[in-house]
Amino acid sequence: MTTPFLKKAAMIGLGAAIGLGSVFAAQAQASEQYLPSLVYRTGPFAPSGIGFADGFADYVTLINERDGGINGVRIRLEECETAYANDRGVECYERLKDRGNGATVVAPLSTGITYAVIPRSRRDGIVLSTMGYGRADAAYGRVLDNVFMVPTTYWSSMTATLSYIAEQEGGWDNLRGKDIVHAFHDSAYGREPLAVLRHYAEEYGFTLHEMAISPPGVEQRSVWQQIRRINPDWVSLYGWGVMNPTAIRTAASMGIPRERMIGGIYAAQDDAVLPAGSAAVGYKAVTFHGPGADYPIYEDLQRYVYDAGLAAGDGDLTGTIAYNRGLINAGYIIEAWRQAQAEFGEGRPSTREETLWAWQQLQIPESRTEELGMGGLMPPVNITCENHEGDGRVLVQQWDGENWVQLTDWIDTNRELVEPMYRESAMRYAQEEGITPRECD
Amino acid sequence: MMFFFEVLIGGLMSGIMYALVALGFVLIFKASGVFNFAQAAMVLFAAMFIAGMHGDWGVPYWMAIPITILLMLGLAWIIERVVLRQLVNQEPIIMFMATIGIFFAIIGFAEIIWGSRSRTLDIGIPDQPLFIGDMLFQQYDIVTAIAVAVLVVLLLIFSQRTRMGRVLRAVADDHQAAQSVGIKLNTVWVVVWFVAGIVAVVAGIVWGGALGVQPVMVDVAFKALPVLLLGGLTSIPGAIIAGLIIGSGEALAEVYLGPIIGGGIDNWFAYIIAMAFMVWRPEGLFGEKIIERI
Repeated sequence: MTTPFLKKAAMIGLGAAIGLGSVFAAQAQASEQYLPSLVYRTGPFAPSGIGFADGFADYVTLINERDGGINGVRIRLEECETAYANDRGVECYERLKDRGNGATVVAPLSTGITYAVIPRSRRDGIVLSTMGYGRADAAYGRVLDNVFMVPTTYWSSMTATLSYIAEQEGGWDNLRGKDIVHAFHDSAYGREPLAVLRHYAEEYGFTLHEMAISPPGVEQRSVWQQIRRINPDWVSLYGWGVMNPTAIRTAASMGIPRERMIGGIYAAQDDAVLPAGSAAVGYKAVTFHGPGADYPIYEDLQRYVYDAGLAAGDGDLTGTIAYNRGLINAGYIIEAWRQAQAEFGEGRPSTREETLWAWQQLQIPESRTEELGMGGLMPPVNITCENHEGDGRVLVQQWDGENWVQLTDWIDTNRELVEPMYRESAMRYAQEEGITPRECD
Repeated sequence: MMFFFEVLIGGLMSGIMYALVALGFVLIFKASGVFNFAQAAMVLFAAMFIAGMHGDWGVPYWMAIPITILLMLGLAWIIERVVLRQLVNQEPIIMFMATIGIFFAIIGFAEIIWGSRSRTLDIGIPDQPLFIGDMLFQQYDIVTAIAVAVLVVLLLIFSQRTRMGRVLRAVADDHQAAQSVGIKLNTVWVVVWFVAGIVAVVAGIVWGGALGVQPVMVDVAFKALPVLLLGGLTSIPGAIIAGLIIGSGEALAEVYLGPIIGGGIDNWFAYIIAMAFMVWRPEGLFGEKIIERI
């Protein structure tokens, strides 16, 4: 008699506890800002993905632990592993978009996944933050109003690369007769800057040699033998994953000076140089943020995240390029929410509409990046209805064997060239997809 | 003309690197009739342990390499106990599917221990260019070619001149007949997977040194496949000669055909070469002709 009664009581108690727990959990979730994080900690490109995922998560932890969230609204981060595969990326997007109080912004972290989720994100009203990757023409904000290329694109950054080369040669006129090789991942990504390069080659009279490298790029000897024969003045490298260190190493073995090689924004990470060992010393690359860990934000990260045992990784990737990119991507997202709250009311999570509004006029001046402890690390942002990229500025860094050393200040990009290119490409896309471009004042 | 020879020799050297991976496939197929899909994972596993022990624990390479060879023995024993023993006398396709499972299990295990980030593996093989006249050679390639030559000689001695080598050939011919004369299949499988593991260690050092140690290393298997198609699955010299043909063929194609048809052709052109040979000899250049009575 006693045993069934106790069993029943225990079951009722357990049910009540679960029920109450669910109610509290639901309440907590309703007051939190939900942030899905598409990561690739596994798979062939994991060496690039782990650092980013750690930086992204650590910045969110910092805001929660140091500030108690955004005006008291804590951020609930949930990771989903894509392994850099498009199908898994779409699955992650669909699985997470309605979790918590609903996703308002997603960073797909892959050009392929970005292409796949653009139509879905437009349908759902979710912002896509594609930092330098994805569709360069999304920088033209009248067509894809929810996609943001902050802080640069392949096209903009290539104009800055050529400005740097021209400066090193003593002026644009001195490019005439030079040989510049573009060694690229034989994919849409690697071909992205070709239009810009061809335009400059025609305008300034240098010879452009387009050298495709078949992915994944584990063997590149025959390509670099041809490059050696060209005896180029400069080499632009647009590799990804294992292609980058293999290219640098093979170039070194062919006697090509690394000081005359400049990687694109995704040939600028630590996994491009570390596996190449001493062959990478002197290699340069353009990047859209400061290198290293010498920024005030790292003091706060140390105090509130690393020392508290809350770091996402084991701490050995802090200050790497990928980690810094994770930090600033989370920084942009959180600043947008902060500006949304300032407009629509503080102390509650922002809706999709509010988040989209905030991104469409996101302003992060240099003074604000300094307040955030990321002066020099995070590029300032100035988004308008028509411009979803900002200034697109990048800087040049050089690998000294142990660290990336910043060689230049922010380099201005050629807006007169790239903006019409964005417009033309985006309008073509709009026509293909039946999108009516919105009006901008 | 000088450039032609430079490309040709560079291609031959690349071919030796491909053959090194192909050898592991050949050894296991030759002895057990199993196409070991997990061979590339074994290469990654070996490289990750050597680089991980050196990088994270400070173990010198001269110690990390023998420890990894012992680990390959342990791995061979576990694979035999957990997988192969359960599948004796099953259809080859069942065994092949099992090796796909082994492939993912090995990678997952290695990543759990060492993570997925890239590591350097530099055991001191010189990688500076070497000029002989105007022709450029890579010291790294020369050292690799010597290492592969030594490895092949040792494998041939093992296969042709030792009792265990004869046992392996007997098992390859007929599992059941070999068992009926007292050959212990389980021991043979441990031995052959261990030998393939040693080949994986050498391949891991060479490819890890060239690419850095990272998960994408398993893609070198796609470079070994045309070598296997061309050389046949049962011949050690076949793997080497096919490697040389594929390596030089794809390099010459990339340089002389690539500019005409857009570049970046070496990956698929290797398969074109292999398939062209297969039209003439479907079993590969050195593969055994399979004749079955009906």
